[in-house]
Amino acid sequence: MNQSSDWNPPVRRTGAAREPARRGAEPSSLADILERVLDKGIVIAGDIQINLLDIELLTIKIRLLVASVDRAKEMGIDWWEHDPSLSSGARDVLEENERLRRRVGELEDGRGAHREDDHETHGAEREDER
Amino acid sequence: MNGSLATWLYAVTAAPEDGTPPRGLTGVADEPVRLVESAGLAAVVGSVPLEDFGEDALRDHLEDLEWLERTARAHHRVINGATGHGQVIPLRFATLYHDDDRVRAMLQERRDDFTATLRRVAGRTEWGVKAYVDPRSFLPDPDEPTGGEESPGTAYLLRRRAQRQDQETAHLRATEQAEAIHASLAALAVATAAHPPQDTALAAYEGWMVLNNSYLVPDALDEEFTALVTDLGERYPAITLEVSGPWPPYSFTAPPKRAEEAQQEETPS
Repeated sequence: MNQSSDWNPPVRRTGAAREPARRGAEPSSLADILERVLDKGIVIAGDIQINLLDIELLTIKIRLLVASVDRAKEMGIDWWEHDPSLSSGARDVLEENERLRRRVGELEDGRGAHREDDHETHGAEREDER
Repeated sequence: MNGSLATWLYAVTAAPEDGTPPRGLTGVADEPVRLVESAGLAAVVGSVPLEDFGEDALRDHLEDLEWLERTARAHHRVINGATGHGQVIPLRFATLYHDDDRVRAMLQERRDDFTATLRRVAGRTEWGVKAYVDPRSFLPDPDEPTGGEESPGTAYLLRRRAQRQDQETAHLRATEQAEAIHASLAALAVATAAHPPQDTALAAYEGWMVLNNSYLVPDALDEEFTALVTDLGERYPAITLEVSGPWPPYSFTAPPKRAEEAQQEETPS
C-alpha cells in the first residue's frame, strides 16, 4: 500500500543489549520484559510492603506514557486526544481522569442541589411569612 | 549481619529431586541464586542487601529507569534460567521477605495454589505476538478533496474533521485485521492474554501497535505457532508481526484480578 519509506519498521531499531531467550532465537526487548516482570507474574504480599511499590510503578508508567504522548505531539499525531477507541495505556489514565471528574461533578452537583433546595425552602418560608 | 539482608523471590517451582539450585545464576544484586524448599515446592531466591532493596531504597530506585532496566533484566534472567530446571511460576518483581523461614511458611500456606498453577502451565509455553502498522497504510483513499468554495476557516475545520475521521477509519481497519490475526493464533493456544500497546519511546517503534498479546501454547505446537505467525505476516502485508518467546508463563500464572475466587474453582484438580 502507500507505506512510505521513512516509516521506521517498528522494532529492532535500537541497539540495546537484549537477553537471549530460553530456547535461543528471539532476544527480549526491555519493553517486553518490563511489561511482564512489573505487571505479570504472581503477586504475593511479601514482608516489604508492595503497595507502595505499586504506586511507584504507576508513576513510572505514567511518566513513560507522558513521554510517548509528547513524542506523538512532536510528530503531529494528536488523534489520541479525540479517538474514543484509543487502545493504549492512555485510555486507563483518561478513563480514570474522566471518572474522577464525573465524581467531583456529582459531588458538586449534590451540594449545589442541596443549596438550591435550601433556597427554595427559605423562599417558601419567606413567602409564608408575608 | 543477617539483619541487613532480605530474601528476594524470583520464582516458585516444584522442588527438584536432587535439590540443587540452578547453577551459575546470579540475581538482582549479583547474589548467587539458591533454593528455599518446603511443601514439595522450591522458591528460587537470592539474599539482597536491604540498603538497596528495602522499602525506601526500592522506591527511590524505581524512579531510575537505568536501575529498573538492569534489575528487571536480572529478575527475568533468573526466572528464565530456572525454566531450564522445570516448570516455573514467575513472581512479580520486588517480592521480598525478611528471611527464608517466612518464605517457607508462605510456600506451605499457598501450596495448593502453586501446585495447581504448576499443573496448569506444565508442557505449555508463553509466546508474545505484537502487530505494528503504519497508520498511513490504512487511511482511506483521498479521492475527494472536499470543497473549495468554503471560507479558509471553514475549509480548515472541515479538513481537520476529515483528518480525524480518517484516523479513526484507519484505526478501525487496522484493528479489524489485528483481530483476525489474533483469532487465528488463539486457535492454537490454550489461553491468551492481552497487554496494552507498549510505550513508543520505550519500545522504539513508530506507528500503532494494534496487537500485543500473549499466547499459552502447548509445547508440541510451538513450531506450528511460530510458522503461523510468519504465514499471517505474509497474508497481511500492511501489518508487521513480531513474535517473542519462548517466555516463562508470566501472563498465565496470576489469577485474574477480579475473579480470583472463580479462577481457583475452575483450576483443574
